Amino acid sequence: MSKTLRNIFLGLVLFLLSGPLVVVSGVSLNAKKRLFFPPEGVSMRWYVELLTENSWLIPVKNSLTIAFTSSLLALSIALPLAYFLWRYRVFYARALFTLGISPFILPPVITALGFLSFWVTVGLYGQMAATIISHAIFFVTLPLVTISLGFESIDHEIVEAAETMGADSRMVFRTVIFPMVRPYMISGYAFAYVLSLNEYIVAYMVAGFTVETLPIKIFNSLRYGYTPVMASVTVVFVLLAALIFGLIGRFGDLPKLLGALNPENQ
Amino acid sequence: MIGEKPKGLRAHLTLTYPALMLGIFFIVPFGLMAAVSFFHRQPGGFYIPGFELTNYKNLYTALFGRTLVFSLFVAGLSAAVCVSIGFPFTYFITRMKRRAQVVWLVLLMSVLSLSEVIVGFAWSLLLSRTAGLSNLFVWLGLMERAVAWYPGFMALLFGICYLAFPYTVLVLYPPLSRLDPALPEAAQTLGASPIRTFFTVVVGSLRNAIVAAFVMVFVFTLGAYLLPQILGRPRHWTLSVLITDAAIYQTNMPLSAAMAIFFMFVSLVLVALTMMIGKRKRIKTV
Repeated sequence: MSKTLRNIFLGLVLFLLSGPLVVVSGVSLNAKKRLFFPPEGVSMRWYVELLTENSWLIPVKNSLTIAFTSSLLALSIALPLAYFLWRYRVFYARALFTLGISPFILPPVITALGFLSFWVTVGLYGQMAATIISHAIFFVTLPLVTISLGFESIDHEIVEAAETMGADSRMVFRTVIFPMVRPYMISGYAFAYVLSLNEYIVAYMVAGFTVETLPIKIFNSLRYGYTPVMASVTVVFVLLAALIFGLIGRFGDLPKLLGALNPENQ
Repeated sequence: MIGEKPKGLRAHLTLTYPALMLGIFFIVPFGLMAAVSFFHRQPGGFYIPGFELTNYKNLYTALFGRTLVFSLFVAGLSAAVCVSIGFPFTYFITRMKRRAQVVWLVLLMSVLSLSEVIVGFAWSLLLSRTAGLSNLFVWLGLMERAVAWYPGFMALLFGICYLAFPYTVLVLYPPLSRLDPALPEAAQTLGASPIRTFFTVVVGSLRNAIVAAFVMVFVFTLGAYLLPQILGRPRHWTLSVLITDAAIYQTNMPLSAAMAIFFMFVSLVLVALTMMIGKRKRIKTV
């Protein structure tokens, strides 16, 4: 395709992708409690309010706690499963893998309703533990896929060499396999972490009235009128996501994580 | 050691924990939801175990039918928009240098991770009267005064496409980046224009990937839940809204479970149909 046409097209996509974010960042700087763009006056008070008002601080803490623990839990489920599947190619491991990626393929409301029925029956409806476990299962797909990619990238000859030199399977795992898979674990964890922070419907269904997460808080305040704090939360979220994915892009192999085969590195 | 058969209990110990977690917290909830759809509603409470088809019979209402058709229509339309913009876009990205690719991918991942509520809020601002795009048009002299462009169907469509676009690119990225660069080059050496090369060689050889992407994005957008409430009017509410509403506000879990099961069934059938059409086309061309 001709270069100019291509650049116009890419520019348009960039404009549409960043447009809403630019407006939100502008609005978050308004000096008065109104939503204007360009902002009228510049102030950081909405960022300060986010970090000082309890009504915002509690959801921030909830969201951070849930994201931190649920992605750790997701990682702990994904690692042994991906390892087992890579080491022994048996059909039931493959079936479990498919099961692990299915929450991501179904419309989320269905999975969320399943969780709701479960927690109501078990009697943990409304508890933070319910949100944490539900998120861990809901996002297990991400570490599962990235870690599996990591295992696939291990050269079998290296493992064989370690075995020839007398390492047992535990030692091979600890000294050879684990260090090679670690970057993929970190990326998988980061993906799950960011998405858990932003997840709404599962958190809402499972414990929306008692454990308020940030997305729930934003939607609730959207219903009862605007405040620029919502814009400042959004900016913080975008920056956090950009930072985490930027780090993965800088230190990891983002194209490969997303499924590219890159011959230039081989 | 790789590829051998697992022997004995000890080897299987590794798999026990993930199997238990997925079994207890994914299969059981799913089965339970299916069971609840046959249970009896207990007003004020959740449900009384039993077996009845009342909940499925209660689905047969004008509201449910209209909402189902609307949800499928919006999802289909936005999936079509996303794939037709996303496909050339992803193609351009995969032909870029590695560094430029990473920058675009970081931007896309950041947008992808945004919560639906944040996307809805951002678009409601962008389309609003006081802070919106129409102010820019007024300033440029294209419009007389600023107007609000939401709530409405177009606002909803924009929001959903924004939400689904990064996902579309992510689905299309692996097949496109694995496309042999020699293919389009050969076509151009043989005299095809770049645009013709794109439509015949690139689109042609990746038809299956396009159909698969369409299906994935379709299912993804079926899940839109907050955007219809933020950017649309009540008549634009989707099935996800209706299901949640029945479960949380009417505390009618059996009905909402029946809706969810029916919803899942319809989406699976549609996905299977699309896949079949995609396959048949391929056989014709070969």
